[in-house]
Amino acid sequence: MNTNGNTYTVIYSTVLVMVVAAVLAFAASSLKPFQNENVKKETITKVLMAATASSQSVAVTEDTDVMALYAQKIESAFFVDGNGKVAGQMNTGRDNIKDIQVATTSDLKKQNDIFKQIEKGDSSLLENLRLPVYIFDIDSQKVTVIPCYGAGLWGPIWGYIAVREDGKEILGAIFDHKGETPGLGAKIAEEPFYSQFKGKVFSDGAKKFSVVKGGAKGAEDGVDAVSGATITSQALDVTINTWVRYYEPYFAGIRQAAAEAAQALEAEAETSEAEASEEETGVEAVK
Amino acid sequence: MKDNLKETLLQPIFKGNPITVLVLGICSSLAVTVQLKGAFVMALSVIIVTGLSSLIVSLMRNSIPNRIRIIVQLVVVAMMVILVDQVLKAFSYSVSKTLSVYIGLIITNCIVMGRIEAFALGNKPLPSLLDGLANGAGYGMILIIVAFFRELLGSGTLFGFRIIPQAVYDAGYMNNGLMILPPMALIILGCIIWIQRSIQKDLQEK
Repeated sequence: MNTNGNTYTVIYSTVLVMVVAAVLAFAASSLKPFQNENVKKETITKVLMAATASSQSVAVTEDTDVMALYAQKIESAFFVDGNGKVAGQMNTGRDNIKDIQVATTSDLKKQNDIFKQIEKGDSSLLENLRLPVYIFDIDSQKVTVIPCYGAGLWGPIWGYIAVREDGKEILGAIFDHKGETPGLGAKIAEEPFYSQFKGKVFSDGAKKFSVVKGGAKGAEDGVDAVSGATITSQALDVTINTWVRYYEPYFAGIRQAAAEAAQALEAEAETSEAEASEEETGVEAVK
Repeated sequence: MKDNLKETLLQPIFKGNPITVLVLGICSSLAVTVQLKGAFVMALSVIIVTGLSSLIVSLMRNSIPNRIRIIVQLVVVAMMVILVDQVLKAFSYSVSKTLSVYIGLIITNCIVMGRIEAFALGNKPLPSLLDGLANGAGYGMILIIVAFFRELLGSGTLFGFRIIPQAVYDAGYMNNGLMILPPMALIILGCIIWIQRSIQKDLQEK
């Protein structure tokens, strides 16, 4: 047979490509559930590690069944928009572990893209934001975990920050990256760096947090940058500040509600005190 | 015949090693040898890809139109690589994450295309399969040797287990930070080539 004819060549290549495409499509679709499961598990592990960073009783190790632990510790998981309003729920998996929903890095990337558009001046998009919030009940304390995602030096960097309910004090943080320089920028994903975040606070000013080159010198709202990794450290600084800024309306709402509740409690205490004294005077009057 | 097969199998591992003698596949051997685990999985992936794509191309060798043979080979290799990548992502996620793009880059690894073009196109399926597997193994062996030194001296671990005891660190020993950067892989590779050439004198240029 002449294998060099034009017709033969065209038919041959067409058939070959179709066969290969069919094989790959079949493989991709049959492996997809396993891959998604892995991505989800990875996210859950990171979220849990951040949430339990300051806990004495719970710790995430390699052998931990993260899905079960997540379902056990989670109190609620939901999305907020850029105005601080709750805009959707995530399944916490309390009924069935397999149903756990989390926002993976690709979801975070979409939010980060919306940030960029908002910064260009399109503030109507604030409503379109779906920022994930995970609230855990750990050692009978409410722990809120928020993610962050941004561009590093070579690729994306992302992380999860656990804060107290009012979004001020940081209880723990964990970061990860796609391809920062090993031994330098990659250190943001290592213990000595991210454990610095424990016990720090987000400041009230415009700049919420600093990853400082040359040392934070014990500042409450800053940590030491990774030496030799200036760009990665700066990128992390920008990433954290951007995300925390968009979460601010939500935490402001929580703080306001807490303040109002406290005021109401105070007012109640005052009225009951007043009533009590009135009763006393009443008693005296009768006397 | 039997001797021939044995030769096909052993030649690429020592005498004609694709990395140290042909100096192919250097890029990935610099990138994925920071840790043994990654190097091990990479080696395994390359063995599977070279072996199976050589086998498939050899089975198709009489029907491939000569003018588009490189493209046909590329399609077969790409298919194998994507399959390996997908399987790793599904069943060995953490390793797939450390290897990141380098699994996909097996496609551009000259060893795979080189062996198909030089061997599989002109030989029967069984020798081609063995040739592919052996070349992958030769590549993998060097990868693992380099990774052994880099992980041991750069992180003090092997397969993630601590080998150098804490007491040594307390006495002032420090991990060699240069080891985990790619240039050191090139230097180790150079040392391996040096050793091989001093043993096999016929490799030395006059």
